[in-house]
Amino acid sequence: MGWTDPVRPHGGGRLSVRTTTRETMHRRTKAKAWRYGIYAVTIAVILVIVLKADWGKLQEAFFDPQIFADQFPKIITQAARNTLIFTFFGFSGGLALGLLLALMRLSSIKPYRWAASTYIEIFRGLPALITIILIGFVLPIALGVRLPGTYTAGSTALAMVTGAYLAETIRAGIEAVPRGQMEAARSLGMGYGQSMKTIIIPQAFRIILPALTNELVILLKDTSLLFVLGTTGATIELTKFARDSVGDTFNGTPLVAAALVYLAITLPLTRAAAYLERRGRKSR
Amino acid sequence: MTDTDDQHEQPEHHGHHPHVPHRHHDFDEHESVPVGVPAIALVGLTKSFGDLEVLKGIDLEIEPGEVVCVIGPSGSGKSTLLRCVNRLEEPTAGQVLIEGVDITDPHTDLDAMRTRIGMVFQSFNLFGHLSVRDNLCIAQRKVLKRHKHAAEAKAEEVLARVGLSEKIDEYPARLSGGQQQRVAIARALAMDPDMMLFDEATSALDPELVGEVLAVMRSLAESGMTMMVVTHEMHFARRVADRVVFMDGGFIVEQGPPDAVLGDPQHERTQRFLRQVNER
Repeated sequence: MGWTDPVRPHGGGRLSVRTTTRETMHRRTKAKAWRYGIYAVTIAVILVIVLKADWGKLQEAFFDPQIFADQFPKIITQAARNTLIFTFFGFSGGLALGLLLALMRLSSIKPYRWAASTYIEIFRGLPALITIILIGFVLPIALGVRLPGTYTAGSTALAMVTGAYLAETIRAGIEAVPRGQMEAARSLGMGYGQSMKTIIIPQAFRIILPALTNELVILLKDTSLLFVLGTTGATIELTKFARDSVGDTFNGTPLVAAALVYLAITLPLTRAAAYLERRGRKSR
Repeated sequence: MTDTDDQHEQPEHHGHHPHVPHRHHDFDEHESVPVGVPAIALVGLTKSFGDLEVLKGIDLEIEPGEVVCVIGPSGSGKSTLLRCVNRLEEPTAGQVLIEGVDITDPHTDLDAMRTRIGMVFQSFNLFGHLSVRDNLCIAQRKVLKRHKHAAEAKAEEVLARVGLSEKIDEYPARLSGGQQQRVAIARALAMDPDMMLFDEATSALDPELVGEVLAVMRSLAESGMTMMVVTHEMHFARRVADRVVFMDGGFIVEQGPPDAVLGDPQHERTQRFLRQVNER
């Protein structure tokens, strides 16, 4: 009965003290029991999967080495390339738009704030798929405007969606920079715009770096929604490529290949961001 | 004035432009300011935050080279007053004249005027993403358009003046509070201001770090810098100030030489405040 010992020196263990100690112990034991319970269930689930799964059939349907090899090099040179191109333009455009919207939301001019808020509410509220259809089909029909260039329509739609999300992230970042930074910059004779550009925004981006990485990864995966624009040939991206390939081979292996390519892009990306974050913390 | 800084980096003509202020590159150089014009003149200054009237009509003049300490209980409006001097706080009414130029006039180039007024904050406000060197150079480069070498030479000079030459490549987060505040003073000095404002510069510091900052402020005062200092450090006020201003409830209650105001206060509110401070 180890738990009574620390109580004894304080008057032989008064009832109240004893009860509290016993309750603490009880809670701790309970937490421990829960944890072991969760371990047990996890192990049981893994065991069932390993023992019950039909590995032969699974390999046939999803891990056919020949089909896997056939995906290359096109899955890289065409599909992954296009995914990265859409991501790059979508994110660059989204950053520029998001920064502009964030500054408008922080502006002292009311119409700017309203315009930015309206845009953000609409395009954050709409599913990305609908925005893509809007830009790809509704815009050309309504205004007769067809965006030139192979990647333009898709990139623009993604930038519009990403911009709406990033606007709020960037605004939060700017607001998280202490007020005194702006005051110090202004007291040195820097103008508002100059202070924003050289002092506030660089620090804001350091603060929101983890959120930006998140947004980049989400965007990378949202490029798969561009299939509605009929991405074939020149603009085909990873998911569409894999689905077409599944249709051709009646086999799931291309999906697995595409999944691995996605991970090969996102994992180094998030690692790099984590590294930058650690490094940035040193100077803050 | 005993200042010996005679390295004029960009010699300029000395014109007379009351509304298009041109910069002095040395606070010893007052040719462009008419003789006898106060460095700072506050005329009928009021400031309200909503219904709360923080400053209720302040008239104050500070002469070139003068060191004025502003003391008073918290909430007396002394920080607000200081922040009105470079319009970080917008006065509700009244005028702020810097070397004869009314900076509450919308036609005045406020940014240009601010380069003449160095400011040191309670919370240091060094730029966290920049090294000490870049903290000292960025406004010199962007605002005064100094060349890289001139800006860096100036940075080294002012950093030596606050005794932190060896920290030039550090980032602010790696410095102690006292060191950060000394860098902040150096950052303001790098602009060659004509005057310096100190807003409770030692209030956020651990007690053992207060001395090093006060020492820098004192040497600055001895070099002839015009200084307006909001402070709780009564010893500093007594030893360094040319004049002490006691504020309470949005008014200047009493002012005069430190020995008079701190040693023999005439007003009941001043007496009460000093008693409370001394009882700590």
